[in-house]
Amino acid sequence: MGSSSSSRNKIPNAQELMRQTGFSSAHLLRLHDRFESLDRDNRGYLSPDDFEALGGLAMNPIGGRIIEAFFSSGIPWTFPPLSGFWLISVQLTETETKKEHSKSSPAAGPGSSNLYDLDRDGKISREELLQVLRAMLGLQVTEEQLQSIAERAIQEADLDKDDAISFDEFKKSLEKMDIDTKMSVSFLK
Amino acid sequence: MATLWRFTLFLCMLLMACEGLSLASEEAKTRNTQTETGTASSSNTTGEGGHGGAPITTLPIVTWKWDHISVQYLVALWVLVCWLCKLLIEANHNVTNYIPESALLICSGFILGGMIWGADKVQTFSLSPTVFFYFLLPQIILDSGYHMPNKLFFTNLGAILIHAVIGTCWNAASLGLSLWGCHMGGAMGDLDIGLLQYLLFGSLMAAVDPVAVLAVFDQVHVNEVLFIIVFGESLLNDGVTVVLFNVFDAFVSLGGGRINAAEIIKGIVSFFVVAFGGSLVGIAFGILISLLTRCTKNIQIIEPGFIFVMGYLSYLTAEMLSLSAILSTTFCGVLCQKYVRANMDESSVQTVKYAMKVFANGSETIIFVFLGISAIDKVIWVWNTGFILLTVFFVFVYRFIGVFFLQWILNRYRLVPVELIDMVIMSYGGLRGAVAYGLAVLLDEKKIKEKNLMICTTLIVVYFTVILQGITMKPLVMWLKVKRAAVTEVSLLEKITNKMFNHTLVAIEDISGQIGDNYFRGKWRHFEEKWMTPFLMKPSARKKQDDVFDVFHQLNLKDAMEYVTEGERRGSLEFVRNDSAILDFKKKLESEYTEVMPDIPPYMINDHEFDINNHIPSVSLEMHEQTMKAMRGAEAVDVHHLLDQHLYKSRKQYRHGFSRSDFKINRDEKEVQEIFQRTMRNRLESFKSAKMGVSPPKTIVKYSKKEQQEKVKTKRGNNKLIFSFSFLDFEFSEGDSASGYDSSYPSFSMRATYRPGGEINALSTSCGIENPAFVPDLYPTDLLQEIPPWLAESEPDSSMVAPSLRAQANLPNSPMEMRRLGLLRASTRSTDTKQMNNDQLPPPPTSPPPPPPPSGQM
Repeated sequence: MGSSSSSRNKIPNAQELMRQTGFSSAHLLRLHDRFESLDRDNRGYLSPDDFEALGGLAMNPIGGRIIEAFFSSGIPWTFPPLSGFWLISVQLTETETKKEHSKSSPAAGPGSSNLYDLDRDGKISREELLQVLRAMLGLQVTEEQLQSIAERAIQEADLDKDDAISFDEFKKSLEKMDIDTKMSVSFLK
Repeated sequence: MATLWRFTLFLCMLLMACEGLSLASEEAKTRNTQTETGTASSSNTTGEGGHGGAPITTLPIVTWKWDHISVQYLVALWVLVCWLCKLLIEANHNVTNYIPESALLICSGFILGGMIWGADKVQTFSLSPTVFFYFLLPQIILDSGYHMPNKLFFTNLGAILIHAVIGTCWNAASLGLSLWGCHMGGAMGDLDIGLLQYLLFGSLMAAVDPVAVLAVFDQVHVNEVLFIIVFGESLLNDGVTVVLFNVFDAFVSLGGGRINAAEIIKGIVSFFVVAFGGSLVGIAFGILISLLTRCTKNIQIIEPGFIFVMGYLSYLTAEMLSLSAILSTTFCGVLCQKYVRANMDESSVQTVKYAMKVFANGSETIIFVFLGISAIDKVIWVWNTGFILLTVFFVFVYRFIGVFFLQWILNRYRLVPVELIDMVIMSYGGLRGAVAYGLAVLLDEKKIKEKNLMICTTLIVVYFTVILQGITMKPLVMWLKVKRAAVTEVSLLEKITNKMFNHTLVAIEDISGQIGDNYFRGKWRHFEEKWMTPFLMKPSARKKQDDVFDVFHQLNLKDAMEYVTEGERRGSLEFVRNDSAILDFKKKLESEYTEVMPDIPPYMINDHEFDINNHIPSVSLEMHEQTMKAMRGAEAVDVHHLLDQHLYKSRKQYRHGFSRSDFKINRDEKEVQEIFQRTMRNRLESFKSAKMGVSPPKTIVKYSKKEQQEKVKTKRGNNKLIFSFSFLDFEFSEGDSASGYDSSYPSFSMRATYRPGGEINALSTSCGIENPAFVPDLYPTDLLQEIPPWLAESEPDSSMVAPSLRAQANLPNSPMEMRRLGLLRASTRSTDTKQMNNDQLPPPPTSPPPPPPPSGQM
């Protein structure tokens, strides 16, 4: 415990954070380590470039989109979590057990609809859906097929016939999905 | 097509089972020479008349050869009887709602067994391990593997393995040791069972039975995580239990004294070798199947058979190498399913799916019935209250303890912990079944004196779990409010989002630097895409392999069928006359056109017809509202055209029947030529006869279709081909009027009845010579409007192309087609004129057109 408490001192207001988040000091330390390894230039905050440098994320077909969604608020990520990802995780894990970062259903909605919604108008248009599809389905599927898939998907969820999926519609169409199970990541073991 | 296949495969299975059961009944015969049973009674007394009797004095015309076929006959009869039991049981839905089918099957087994016993005073038939393990079990395991929800399975693989391996070992050890303890304590009186025998008994009782579990859980619909854990456990632990059984069996043979540390270590090593070796054999066969299906394009007709043969071979191979056959077949199915589905033709995939179900369900039924029958046998009933009751008690209690303990540990690592209630159901779902019984029968009586007691106890445990726990399972699930499986409909957006979630999860793990499940899943997918897929999957299939695309494809198929069935049901296709729907439909159809259309097997349409009454999809419900809207000609033609294409094509599949292996109709140039030639000759003949005035063509028009065909037949009874040719055309025209069944427009059915007449007319007159039959005066003007474009069109070019060719060749955009559709449109519009026509046609057809003649379908 000695080593962890000494290194905990590196983290500013560790006590405060632990109280807020319910993370144990080991978890916090782990997060901090990861943060430092991500922040290669030691700028004290993370930028999209840091994420793009990650090998796995670069391979991810919608990696760019995900990074974009994380940085959507425009505030840079500093370690004592002020915004973005950390904060989301903090808010959400209040009721959950400490060691998981779980996007429970109310949040998964905006999160994932953010991933679709490029222009932030609160709606997923056909074009936006098409872009995601194009990224995910790759070259094997022809453009026409992509288009009809997008068309079909929109049609499916579009209740008010405005040719776009609003957030409510999105939520409704996914309510049968077991989002708790599907959108939870085992984290900080 | 698929029904036909199902039937043939069913026959194959009978044959397969025959050879198997023969062993059983051979055994039975040695025990009891006069084989006279409840079902197959009264046949053996007269059964001496076969071959090899006394030298015959005269040529017998008919002989009684019971001995020749007795075994096969009995097998087939038993299969039939078992299935009839299921039929009877399933007929009463109010009973099966409360009592699971498996329990009822066992009970009907009791009754059958009682009947046999009453007749023979001894049990002639029982489930022998050979039959069970080699002929009944493999298809069930293969089916479970092949239809395993892979993602769910692998997501929970950790939990499944822990339960399957540690849980089973725990069950075996605890049961064996406790029974031994009680024995030592004197709870069961005088029994000749040692510790090792108890452990052997414990190991055979340990495994939860996949057959029983599936039978009960299928009807309860618990949530998928719970289901997959129990089911996966039951599948994998069979491998474990067979290994344990073999190890302890060897130990018992060795005798207590010679078991030292080395032997125990060997036992443990053999456990891993058997389990992993079996899985590897399965994986190898899975890869083989996938490779095979890559190149079966030219033998599509037996393509589905490969899956079964190879699956069975994987079972036998593992058995031959004394590896776990169950694990082997499971993994074979799990691995190959994806590639097989992608590689094979859609109809083959359907065939495999249904045949697999037929096999699995069929043998499951047989197993349960025979479990019941086996009970009615005085020999095995050795009662020892202490032993039996304690076994039942321990099996029940240790299952609970094991599951709760293991799941408690597992929950610490699970993101979404399994709830307490779910754990109760998991424990309660620990049904024992036929595997335990099969192993118990396998026990060697020389080594284990109390074999019959063990069999009898096993049976009681099986009955206790399957019947009692099975019956109480549903109320318990209700009472505890266990989360049930939601009835989900595939939705494209859901699938897309799901896929996106997966990517996101992988990304989040990347960011957090965590190596978790998703990380491995991502890596696996990458590996699969890079190495496995190009190797195991047809290049052409690879495109469709994406699941988003797959769902899209499925949805489109469904839509297409809904459109058609809805159209047929309503008798017209007016309901699709709405701007967006048409455009939409058209767009979808066009993009998918080449892929979707040939994929729809005709039976699916038929199947769907039953559905449509209670399930009208929301899409078409919306369409109803637009029904009343005025139609727009061009669009209607479009839709008619598209649907007509569809109907026409699927119909076409009925029309093969010249070949056993060729689905495609008249691909053969020669055949087409032949038909063409004969057609031409016929025309010439009819032309001649018309000229000579032998049969005045004037009357032909007035004949109804039937008479017409009759006429053709009598006139030229010699050529079958001609006849089938006219069927072709008949079906052709029926194709577009298929929407006329129970329609509000009698005109449709009328068209179907007289058009072939016109067709044949055209046939007999269309050599470019004016036939008196077509002097316009003979027709009312409305009728003229109906036929002449058709005929006028057909006359000039019929000198080049026979109508039959037109029927076969698929000319989607030919002007003729359009003209015909134009007709259709005109007819839907003017119903009263139609009515008039109806009156004017000599034989007023009141009934819908008769189904196409059978020769066209074979």
